[in-house]
Amino acid sequence: MPGNTQKPNGNMVTFLLNGAEVQADPNWSLLEAIQFYGIDIPTLCHNEGLTPYGVCRLCVVEIENGTRAKLVISCMHPVTGGLKVRTHSNRVIKTRKMIMELLIARCPGSKKLQDMASRLELKEVRFEPLNDDCILCGLCVRMCDEQMAARAIGFAGRGADRYITTPFDINSEECRKCGACMYICPVCELRCQGPQAETTLCSGCINTEPVCAQNFDDAMCFMVPCLSCVKGPDDVK
Amino acid sequence: MKLTSINELEELRRVISSKDPDKPCIAVCGGPGCLAKQCLNVRDAFINEVSARGLSGKVDIKTTGCHGYCELGPIALIYPQGIFYQRLAVDDVAEVIEETIVNENILNRLLYTDEKTRKPIKNGNDIPFYNKQMQLILGNNSRIDPHSPEDYLAVGGYTALAKVLGSMKPENVIGEVKKSGLRGRGGGGFPTGRKWESTRNTQDDIKYVICNADEGDPGAFMDRSILEGNPHSVLEGMIICAYAIGSNEGYVYVRNEYPLAVSNIKTAIKQARELGLLGEDILGSGFTFDVKVNRGGGAFICGESTALMASLEGKPGEPRAKYIHTSDKGLWDKPSNLNNVETFANIPLIINKGAEWYAGIGTESSKGTKVFSLVGKINNTGLVEVPMGMRLREIIYDIGGGIPGGKAFKAVQTGGPSGGCIPESLIDLPVDYDRLMEAGSMMGSGGMIVMDEDTCMVDVANYFTHFLQEESCGKCVPCREGLFQMGGILTRITEGRGRMEDLALIKDLAGMLGDASLCGLGKTAANPVLSTLKYFEDEYLAHISDGKCPAGVCKNLITYGINPGNCTGCGLCLKKCPAGAITGERKQPHTLNTGNCIKCGICYDVCRFSAVVKE
Ligand SMILES: Cc1cc2nc3c(=O)[nH]c(=O)nc-3n(C[C@H](O)[C@H](O)[C@H](O)COP(=O)(O)O)c2cc1C
Ligand code: SF4
Ligand code: SF4
Ligand code: FES
Repeated sequence: MPGNTQKPNGNMVTFLLNGAEVQADPNWSLLEAIQFYGIDIPTLCHNEGLTPYGVCRLCVVEIENGTRAKLVISCMHPVTGGLKVRTHSNRVIKTRKMIMELLIARCPGSKKLQDMASRLELKEVRFEPLNDDCILCGLCVRMCDEQMAARAIGFAGRGADRYITTPFDINSEECRKCGACMYICPVCELRCQGPQAETTLCSGCINTEPVCAQNFDDAMCFMVPCLSCVKGPDDVK
Repeated sequence: MKLTSINELEELRRVISSKDPDKPCIAVCGGPGCLAKQCLNVRDAFINEVSARGLSGKVDIKTTGCHGYCELGPIALIYPQGIFYQRLAVDDVAEVIEETIVNENILNRLLYTDEKTRKPIKNGNDIPFYNKQMQLILGNNSRIDPHSPEDYLAVGGYTALAKVLGSMKPENVIGEVKKSGLRGRGGGGFPTGRKWESTRNTQDDIKYVICNADEGDPGAFMDRSILEGNPHSVLEGMIICAYAIGSNEGYVYVRNEYPLAVSNIKTAIKQARELGLLGEDILGSGFTFDVKVNRGGGAFICGESTALMASLEGKPGEPRAKYIHTSDKGLWDKPSNLNNVETFANIPLIINKGAEWYAGIGTESSKGTKVFSLVGKINNTGLVEVPMGMRLREIIYDIGGGIPGGKAFKAVQTGGPSGGCIPESLIDLPVDYDRLMEAGSMMGSGGMIVMDEDTCMVDVANYFTHFLQEESCGKCVPCREGLFQMGGILTRITEGRGRMEDLALIKDLAGMLGDASLCGLGKTAANPVLSTLKYFEDEYLAHISDGKCPAGVCKNLITYGINPGNCTGCGLCLKKCPAGAITGERKQPHTLNTGNCIKCGICYDVCRFSAVVKE
């Protein structure tokens, strides 16, 4: 579980967390404060090293101000004095499960998603599996931009047709084939389509030794050791 | 001419207003509905006819913004009498000039005939469509040429600005707007005065005033008509807002598909600058404000406040979390105040007539008037402006003239694509923000789509859900994946593959959409399906358990057949059927082979003896 190991500085604010009065640094996000107190809530599009993006909505918590209660995403909501926060109310759990169900339907092959789903005790997926290979969490895009300073990939399309690609959908000059996008991707076990595609993001499979792609026509990824390639690393001739 | 003081403005107004009030004027509607009916040809014919008769200079001819009654276009109003001529053709023009302008006779054949009394009505204001309306915002559309600042000044334009600059402190302006009870007309219904106040209270050198003219709802054209017909009123509202919140820069974000609105607001801005009503030291007050126009690509989501601001910054039009308000950090992270076109157009009115007068119109929670675009299965398609709190029945029957073809009313969808459908049982609902919300719908920006008995409510929910799915930006999971699955379920039900469990799944998805989506699109996207499920559950059940579409709309669930008792064997259906599914001898009852039928419904439409049946 990711934790918050930052030292709070100076003026703390007080708020109610699951009924207990706690203090936190007002510069933290609610998520950071929640993690500081050791409470585990699921996050997917969040990564400590990257700017919050707030799209998976799994980190929702219920806050109360006055008589109205509403759900907010903790990774982007600021900590303010007097907040009443509940991290595991029925409404929160129900919402997280529903979101998880949608994510599993989209990418049933992701180990990471499956693990999260089982932690949420999701027992049934009522949608047809789509066997897709991306949940559009945007981690790769932010990784590429913010940590690798390459800005080689981004979003294109709208609504259900949104996808991750390189500019103009062709191999990008900006891409240094560092593989950072693949490293951070929660579903990349099924992500890469092999080196032949014009749109392949990293082409690590051509750069590694032994060259995966030469040995397996149906290579699906280039990570070493290979995680999900149909045959597995032991089969390398 | 640049005006450098309020006195100079009033002097100019006096000169303009002293023109002969009895000079004939023909105001031809140039709104979207009339344009589609070639009103410009009619206008040109008037201009030619007037000059051919040597009347140039004696008769004014104006092209105005939308008058609202689009159904009757092309429309023209003849002043000073206010005669309302409708369905004008180029051929009518010579007679109108000869009889009405020269001889001052009224041409009964061009007047509107009252449905009930069968009597022609001379004056526009006496027509039922208009006389129940309260056209505070739209009223001037038929009086002014949008390209003429003089026309706007003549109807009292910029008096509110003069009053504000001459005698009111920014705090008083905000106080007045707060007291008026005005709420945003763009969708959310947020109290305008409170929004202004929070932007005013944020300290910064740079603040922005932004006008939202994205209007992405299909079938809606309220904002377009205001911007096209009376651009100076919107501009005046923006300048007053800027003064109140302490801003010197503004934007109008208008969709590119509205070229006339773009060009009219640009012209108005240029004219206002020339008159010293925009730019530095407005009317010698020391206050500076200017406005730029930005053309949006027309994506529905770009109407959402944060997406609009991203788009203004040249970024992809996607929303962001609003835990930090745009009144703190909006456009380029500067405090920004965004309001809808119609919201701004209300401001001069409130300042001129006072908050108390304004708050006297409408209901407890919703003040003033609202413009609706009335479309769908309704006799009088068009724009209507009514006081808040008017009952749906009055809007649909008294103003809208009821349902065409003697069909029964079934539901009205208010609030745009993510509004809900309100059933017949609630037809006496007073239209205000809160009552619509309680009924599972919303005010939205004022769309009103009327549906008759031939409408399948599951099909309607499916249609809007797919519209929203396509217009969703796709950024957050609940909306992108949730609407994708919701659309799939609804399609499945309309195709007869629905399951009973689907109803629970729809409710679960809907709850999650409302609770977890990032922006208003996702948060409200379940309204169409939830409201139809609430009021028309039996239709869902008929689709799922009986495999029937009661309204006879969903193709997979209907079968066509021929009732031999009624069939005269005329052979018309046989000839028209594109699939060759109908056989029969002349003068003998025909038969329809269901196996070959592609359910296009042509036979049903062409049969003159009601022999083709649909179940
Ligand atoms: C998906 C979506 C589309 C919207 N489209 C529009 C629009 O076309 N025009 C508009 O004025 N407001 C639109 N809004 C509402 C704006 O976000 C914003 O609330 C409004 O412009 C504020 O102005 P008001 O307070 O004067 O209503 C939209 C909101 C959402 C969520
Ligand atoms: S490729 Fe992976 S990291 Fe990138 S958006 Fe898709 S799921 Fe997220
Ligand atoms: S709710 Fe829909 S439109 Fe709004 S941010 Fe999420 S995906 Fe985009
Ligand atoms: S972790 Fe907060 S929205 Fe994804």
